[in-house]
Amino acid sequence: MSTMSAERASDEAHAIPLGELDISKAERFKDDTIWPYFERLRKEDPVHYCKDSLFGPYWSVTRYRDIMAVDTNHKVFSSEAGGITIVDRRVEDRNPMFIAMDPPKHDEQRKTVSPIVAPANLANLEGLIRKRVCAILDSLPKNETFNWVDKVSIELTTQMLATLFDFPFEDRRLLTYWSDVATTVPQAGQEIDTWEKRGAILGECLAYFTRLWNERINAEPGSDLISMLAHSPSTRNMAPREFLGNLILLIVGGNDTTRNSISGGVWFMNQNPGEMRKLRDNQALVPSAVSEIIRYQTPLAHMRRNALVDTTIGDKKIKAGDKVIMWYISGNRDDEVIENASSFVIDRKNPRQHLAFGFGIHRCVGNRLAELQLKILWEEMLNRRLDVKVVGEPERVASNFVHGYSALPVRIAA
Amino acid sequence: MPTVNFIEFGGHEHRIEVPAGTSVMRAAVDNRVPGIDGDCGGECACATCHVYVDQAWLPKTGERTATEEELLGFASGTEPNSRLACQIRMTDALDGLLVRMPEGQH
Repeated sequence: MSTMSAERASDEAHAIPLGELDISKAERFKDDTIWPYFERLRKEDPVHYCKDSLFGPYWSVTRYRDIMAVDTNHKVFSSEAGGITIVDRRVEDRNPMFIAMDPPKHDEQRKTVSPIVAPANLANLEGLIRKRVCAILDSLPKNETFNWVDKVSIELTTQMLATLFDFPFEDRRLLTYWSDVATTVPQAGQEIDTWEKRGAILGECLAYFTRLWNERINAEPGSDLISMLAHSPSTRNMAPREFLGNLILLIVGGNDTTRNSISGGVWFMNQNPGEMRKLRDNQALVPSAVSEIIRYQTPLAHMRRNALVDTTIGDKKIKAGDKVIMWYISGNRDDEVIENASSFVIDRKNPRQHLAFGFGIHRCVGNRLAELQLKILWEEMLNRRLDVKVVGEPERVASNFVHGYSALPVRIAA
Repeated sequence: MPTVNFIEFGGHEHRIEVPAGTSVMRAAVDNRVPGIDGDCGGECACATCHVYVDQAWLPKTGERTATEEELLGFASGTEPNSRLACQIRMTDALDGLLVRMPEGQH
C-alpha cells in the first residue's frame, strides 16, 4: 500500500461515496491521513454504518456527544459481549479482563486494582518517577540523532510498569514485548503470523507472572499490583486465563498509551513552536499542556461496544448485536464541543475535557498516573532547557486501535 | 448571591459566589478552585468532582442519583457524605454550603 499524501487523502475523503467509506483501514492510521475522513463523517454522517470491512459490518460514532452517550450507557452497550476492540476474536483467543466485562464482575475487579493508582499512592510514586526520568534524560546522547520512542518513551513507561508490578527490573523489556504482542493482530509475513503463535507467547507471559504470583501469595501483602491481585478476595481465586487477561490489560493500558503520549508531545511541540515557547515562558502550564498532549494524540483511537438491545444513537437505529465503534480520536476533534479542536493549544479553556480516557464506569483507571509521568517528564525537560529537535518524519504504527509511533528521530544540541 | 465554602484537603478555604441554578462543580472550575476537576464537564461520567458535604448540609443537597451512586463506588475514599459536585445545583436554600475536597481526584 503506497503512502498517500494529505492532499490526496482529503480529495478521496470527500469524493468517495458514503456507502463505501470504511474508516477502519490501518494504512490510513499509518499514513496519518484519517483526519479528512473523520471530518466528513462528523459533518455528513456522524453515526455511520459500514456494511462491510476487514472486521465485518460496524457502526462508527464520530461526534463527542454521541460517543459520551454510548460510553456512559453500559446497560445497552456492552463491553463483554464482543470485547472492546473492532477485531472479532474467537472465544478461545479472548483473555477475560475487566475492561471487557460488564457489571457486576467488572466492578469487583476494577475496585481491586484501582487503589494502586489512587491519589495517595501516586504521591508515593512521584519521587521514584522523577528519579527515573532524571536518569533517562541525563543519559541521552547530545549532537547525535536517536529514536526518542525507544530511548525515552518506551524506556520510561516500561520502568514505570516494572515498578508497579515489582517486576524484575533487568527483565522489564519483556513487558514491552508482551504488550506489543497482545495488541498485534496476527498477519502472514509478520513475526506474529497466527493467533496460536500470539497465544503461545502470551502463555510465556502468564508463566512468568504465575511464578511471581506464587512467590507473593505466600508473603505478606505488598503494595505492588501482583500482591494486590493475589491477596484481594475478589481476585485471589482468579482462573489463570483471567489472571493473564487482567495482566495484559494493565501492561497494555499502562504501556503503549503513555508511551505514545510521550512521543506525541515532542512531535506536537516541534510542529507548534509557539506552544513550546508558551510553555518555556510559563512552567505553570505543564499540567494543561499534558492534558492537551493526551487529547491531541488520543493514544487509543477507538473503543468498541456491542448493542444488547435495539436502540438509537443520534437519528440512527441500531440493532441488537450490532458492533458500535466509539472513535475517541474523532470525538477529540469535534469543534462543536472543543473550540478550535484541530489545533494544538496548550492553554486552552477546559483542557481536561476530552475523550482520550473515555467516560463512565470504564474510564481509564490509570489516567492520573499517565498524567503524572508526563508532567514530571516535561518539568524535568524544562528544568534542563532540553531542546529536543525532531529531525525526520515520525513513523506511525499501522493500527486503528493503538494510535502511536514506532520511531521519532530527534537530536539534542549540547 | 448564595455562596459556597470550599475547603481544600490542606485546609485552605475559598468562599465563592454561585448563582442559583449553577452546579457546585461548575462554580469551582470556573473560579479555579483547586481540588475539583470536572473532567467530563458535568455529565456525571467521571467522578472527578468528588466532594465531602458537611454533615449539617448533606440532607439539604438531596439524594444521590443512581448514576452518581455508581460512579462514587469507583472514587477514592468515598464516605457516606460524598457527593459529585456536578449533581448539586445551587439554590438560595444552600447559601453557605460547606464542602471539603478529597486528597485528590481520580
